Amino acid sequence: MRVLFHFGRYAIFLKRVFGKPQKHKIFLNQIIREMDALGLSSVGIVAIISFFMGAVITLQTAYNVEMPLIPRYTIGLAARDSILLEFSSTIVSLILAGKVGSHIASEIGTMRVTEQIDVLDIMGINSASFLVLPKVVALVVLNPFLVLMSMGIGIFGGWMAGSVTGEVPSAEFIYGIQYAFIPFYVTYSLIKAVVFAFLITTISGYWGYYTTGGSLEVGRSSTKAVVVSSVQILLFNLILTQLLLA
Amino acid sequence: MIEVVNINKSFDGNDVLKDISAIFKKGNTNLIIGQSGSGKTVFLKSLVGLHEVDSGEILYDGRNFNRMSRKEKKLIRQEIGMLFQGSALFDSLTVEENVRFPLDMFTEMSLRDRRDRANFCLKRVNLENVNHLYPSEISGGMQKRVAIARAIALNPKYLFCDEPNSGLDPRTSIVIDELIQEITKEYNITTIINTHDMNSVLGIGEHIIFIYQGEKYWEGSNKEILKSTNKELNDFIFASKFFKKIKEDGGFV
Repeated sequence: MRVLFHFGRYAIFLKRVFGKPQKHKIFLNQIIREMDALGLSSVGIVAIISFFMGAVITLQTAYNVEMPLIPRYTIGLAARDSILLEFSSTIVSLILAGKVGSHIASEIGTMRVTEQIDVLDIMGINSASFLVLPKVVALVVLNPFLVLMSMGIGIFGGWMAGSVTGEVPSAEFIYGIQYAFIPFYVTYSLIKAVVFAFLITTISGYWGYYTTGGSLEVGRSSTKAVVVSSVQILLFNLILTQLLLA
Repeated sequence: MIEVVNINKSFDGNDVLKDISAIFKKGNTNLIIGQSGSGKTVFLKSLVGLHEVDSGEILYDGRNFNRMSRKEKKLIRQEIGMLFQGSALFDSLTVEENVRFPLDMFTEMSLRDRRDRANFCLKRVNLENVNHLYPSEISGGMQKRVAIARAIALNPKYLFCDEPNSGLDPRTSIVIDELIQEITKEYNITTIINTHDMNSVLGIGEHIIFIYQGEKYWEGSNKEILKSTNKELNDFIFASKFFKKIKEDGGFV
């Protein structure tokens, strides 16, 4: 019953979030600010994780492909497809669910318990739209770029690891990442990035917006936002994979 | 003028407001008093539409708030200023940006005019040279004054204050009370203040309503309140040893 209650309230919340912004100029300024706060501030962590992720995938694949009949370039191919299909979009989004999701839920939750949202409501401002919509737009626009960046850095990390350890010669790795390339894999990953960005911002916004109580509840909302966003990302990953790749 | 007619409000079967009626006149400081948990805040939040009442009418100069469309409510909200218990300033905005916020959202004034208006409002509440500071960088009393400046930025017809003195020292409380009363008179605003501070009651209570367990138990002015024979009201007023002693010594008679 609780799940149904939250689902219904989330649907009503979404309707409010996608209300017309009060002033377009202010809305645009908010989007730019949120792009900086949510997206650009995540570039560092995404870059580091992607680099090491690519390196580890390459080395693990190399250590498991010991048969002389299998050419070494397949390691580059396997690393590329793993990064493109799964790691860059899903893992980066799961990391963002933790970083960005908790940030959104705690920011909006604190505004709720300190009556700042009541101030907006009393002024006649659609508080759900004013607070959450700029975050949704900002992350939906930026997440695909973060995923693209993650793909590039991940593959670079794989190449570096393969070359430095001598497990995969540079030329073979580069041949492998170009071999049998399917451009739709990038599109598939970017579609996932957009859907995951939407889930992270709206779910975290929802838990923050309906916080009641004090600082303890803000912490609880923040945790719920991260957990629910992560579970939904995994669920939608399955659904999108079936829909787009089957 | 705000007129409240037989409003009722309950939460999960608990009656919080029971059939309350009152008239709050323009240019007066109207006080709602009562113990913690008596329903004061629910009453105030019901008046501004943060809680929807179960029954009854709320009339803003004859305009029925409950029967208004969303668009009409949005317009009337621009005539309302509210001061919250914890000031409720936006943490991410500076003092000036906080005061300018309603102007940014609802007017087509140029940035220069909006800044001038914000500075005027800050000056009106005796705050200068704090424009660039954030709420966390100023004292509680200053935060209350910034919140008042923000509440009057759009020249409201109605001002609601939820426990404006909570967390303030007695001297700052008096400053805030006097400021609210001055602004009420100066701009001829209908002001409703929620409080349980007896200094405010005696100092600025031109019209007082005492709420007890969700019901209106007494109505009068600060001139009459100490002479009241209402038992619940007397229990509330003379709860403190200070007021009790003065009463025993015949100080109020």
